[in-house]
Amino acid sequence: MTDVGMLAVYPDTPSVELARTLDLSGYTWKGVANADTVSRLAPTTGWVGAVVGCDTDPESGWAICRSLRKQQHPVQRILVLITGAQIGDLEVRDNLFDDFLLTPFHPRELEARLRHLFFNELTASSATVVEHAGLRLNLETYQATFGGSPLDLTFMEYELLKFFVQHPGRVFSREVLLSDVWGYEYFGGARTVDVHVRRLRAKLGEEHAHLIETVRSVGYRFGASKWSG
Amino acid sequence: MLDAQRDYVLRTVEERGIRLVRLWFTDVLGNLKSFAISPAEMENALNDGMSFDGSSIDGYGRVQEADVLALPDPNTFEVLPWVDSKAAEARVFCDIAQLDGTPFEGDPRQVLKRNLEAARKQGLVFYVAPDIEYFYFAPHNENGRPVPLDEGGFFDLTTTDITSSLRKETIRTLETMSIPVEYSFHEDSPSQHEIDLRHTDALTMADSLMTFRFVVKEIAAMRNVHATFMPKPLEGVQGSGMHLHLSLFKNDLNAFHSASDPYNLSDTAKSFMAGLLRHAAEITAVTNQTVNSYKRLVPGFEAPVHVSWARNNRSGLIRVPVPKRGSELATRIELRSPDPACNPYLAFSVILAAGLRGIAEGYELPNEADANLFEMGDTALTKLGIEQLPQSLNDALRVMESSQLVAEALGEHIFEWFLRNKRAEWRKYKTHVSQFEIDTYLRSL
Repeated sequence: MTDVGMLAVYPDTPSVELARTLDLSGYTWKGVANADTVSRLAPTTGWVGAVVGCDTDPESGWAICRSLRKQQHPVQRILVLITGAQIGDLEVRDNLFDDFLLTPFHPRELEARLRHLFFNELTASSATVVEHAGLRLNLETYQATFGGSPLDLTFMEYELLKFFVQHPGRVFSREVLLSDVWGYEYFGGARTVDVHVRRLRAKLGEEHAHLIETVRSVGYRFGASKWSG
Repeated sequence: MLDAQRDYVLRTVEERGIRLVRLWFTDVLGNLKSFAISPAEMENALNDGMSFDGSSIDGYGRVQEADVLALPDPNTFEVLPWVDSKAAEARVFCDIAQLDGTPFEGDPRQVLKRNLEAARKQGLVFYVAPDIEYFYFAPHNENGRPVPLDEGGFFDLTTTDITSSLRKETIRTLETMSIPVEYSFHEDSPSQHEIDLRHTDALTMADSLMTFRFVVKEIAAMRNVHATFMPKPLEGVQGSGMHLHLSLFKNDLNAFHSASDPYNLSDTAKSFMAGLLRHAAEITAVTNQTVNSYKRLVPGFEAPVHVSWARNNRSGLIRVPVPKRGSELATRIELRSPDPACNPYLAFSVILAAGLRGIAEGYELPNEADANLFEMGDTALTKLGIEQLPQSLNDALRVMESSQLVAEALGEHIFEWFLRNKRAEWRKYKTHVSQFEIDTYLRSL
C-alpha cells in the first residue's frame, strides 16, 4: 500500500485492533486526544483523513469531527466508528462524516472502507500518469499515447519526452538535457539531443511537432511558456 | 541506466502484446540476419544473451567453436510499424559475443564499436549522414534486364506513379522507426530514387542503414515491386551511390569547423581529409565491395573516379559542401565513393580509421582540384599528382591486401575472410563469358 498522507485517529490510544489494521494496511497516523489539539498536531500538509471513534465517548468524538471540518482546509474522508445503538445519532450529523463502521468491526471491513475512501489518492500516487495536451505517459508501464493511440518510442526518446512532460514551459539547454536525461556517463555530444528531438517531433506528427520548441541559442522548451499566457 | 532500459523493453513487450521479438545482426558482407524469439525468452536474452550456431553465417565461421552469443542492445528495441498490431512484432539489434562474453571478432557491429572507441578516447564523436540512391524495378526481368517503373528524371514530379507513393510510404515508416529523413526525390535515372537521412552518430547510423535497406525492400515487396541497392543495375545511366556526409564532434563543438579558414575547415578536418585521400585506394574494397560497384565508378556519371577534393566539384572523391547559413554545426565533408551495397559497419570503420590516421600523423591536405577532372588527360592528372580509384574489385583487393590500416581497422578475422571471399567472387566473375564478349567477338573472330 502506498502512503497517502497522515490520518488523525481518536482516541489517541486507539484499540489494538484499530491500530494494527491501520499499520498493516500501511497508513501513517497520529492520535489526537481532544478537539483542541486537532489543529496543533496537524502535519504541515494537513490531515489527509481521520478515523474517529464515537463509540466510547460520543461527545468528544463528534467534537473532533466538527473540529476537523472547521480546519482552514476542511478535512475530508472522515470515518466514524459507532455502536449499533448509535445509528440514530447519524441522522443529524451527516455533514460530519463520510463513512461509518459499526463496532466491534472486522479488520477486513475497516481496510476495505479505508481503501474505498482513499481510492483517488491511492490510484493517483501509484499509477503516476503524466499528461500534457493529449499526450499521456504512464511512468509505471513506460507506455506513451497521443490522443489515445500508442506512440512507439525507443528508451531514450521516452526518457527525453518524460523529462519534457514533467517540466512543461521551461527552457533547457542541451547540456542540461544531456546530463539529466542521458546521465553524465553518456558520451555522445550535445548533438545527440538534437537527433532525439528531431525523432520525437517526427513521431508526434506534423501538427504537434511544435510541442517541442527550439529556443534559439539556448535549447528546447516543451509546451508553451507559462509567461506567454 | 541499463536496468532501466531492460525494464523498458520488458514492459513494452508486455503492454503492447508483442508476439515475436526479432533479433537482428549483420554478417560480414552486410546482409541483415535475424532470428525470432518468443516474448517469454526476452528477459533471458537481455540478461544472458541467446546462443546460436554461427557457422552458417557469412564470415562467422571459426575452427574451434561454432556457437556465438547474440546480446540485444536494448536501446535499439522498436515495435515494427508494418506488422499488424494484433500480432505485434518488435526488433532489437544485437552485438555478437563469444560464449565467454568477449566481443566476437567476426561481428561487424563490434568492429565499428571498437573503432568508435578509438575516436572516443581522443574525445571525438563520429557523425554520419548518408544520401542513399536506389532503384525500383518490376518484379520480373525482361530479356535478362531489369524493368524500370517510370521514366522520370532528376527532381521530376512524378505524382501519379507507384514509385513516388512507395517512397512516401517508406519515409513515413522510417520516421516511425526513429530514422529521420532530410530530403527525398526522384534521381537522375528512370526509376531511381534518393533518400537523404539526417546525421546521427556512426553506430546509430549503421543500424539505421540496415533498417533502411530492409524497410525500402519490404515496403516495395508489399506492392510487388523490387527495390535494389545494386550499384549499377542499368547500363548507360547513373548508378546508385551512397554519399556520406562526415563530421567529428568534440563535446558540443564541431571539430571540423574553423571560423578563420576561408573554407571554414579546421586543421582536424584537413588532416582527416588527407587521411581519406591517402588511404582511399586501400579502403575502396570495403566501401565498394562488389564486382558491379566498379561499373559505377566510371567517368561521365557523376561518380568519383579520381582521388581528389574540391569545394564544388562533383568529379572528386571528397566534396566540401557550403553549409546552410554558414552554420557551424553543418560544416562537414562529403565522401562520394561508397555505394549502398556496402556493409555500413565496416565501411564506417575503415573511413574513420583512415581519417584518424590523417589526424594522428598530421597529414598535409593536397591542393584543391577544382577543374573537371573527367576532361583532363592522364598526363595532366599525373602532373597534378592525382591518382585514380581502383578500377575493379581485383585492383581494390590487391591494394587492400597490403594495407596495415585496413587490417587493423577490421581485425585479422574479418580482414582475412573478406579478402578470401571477395577473391573467390572475382575469380567467378573472371571466368564468366559475358554478353558483351559474345556480341563483340563471336561473329567477327
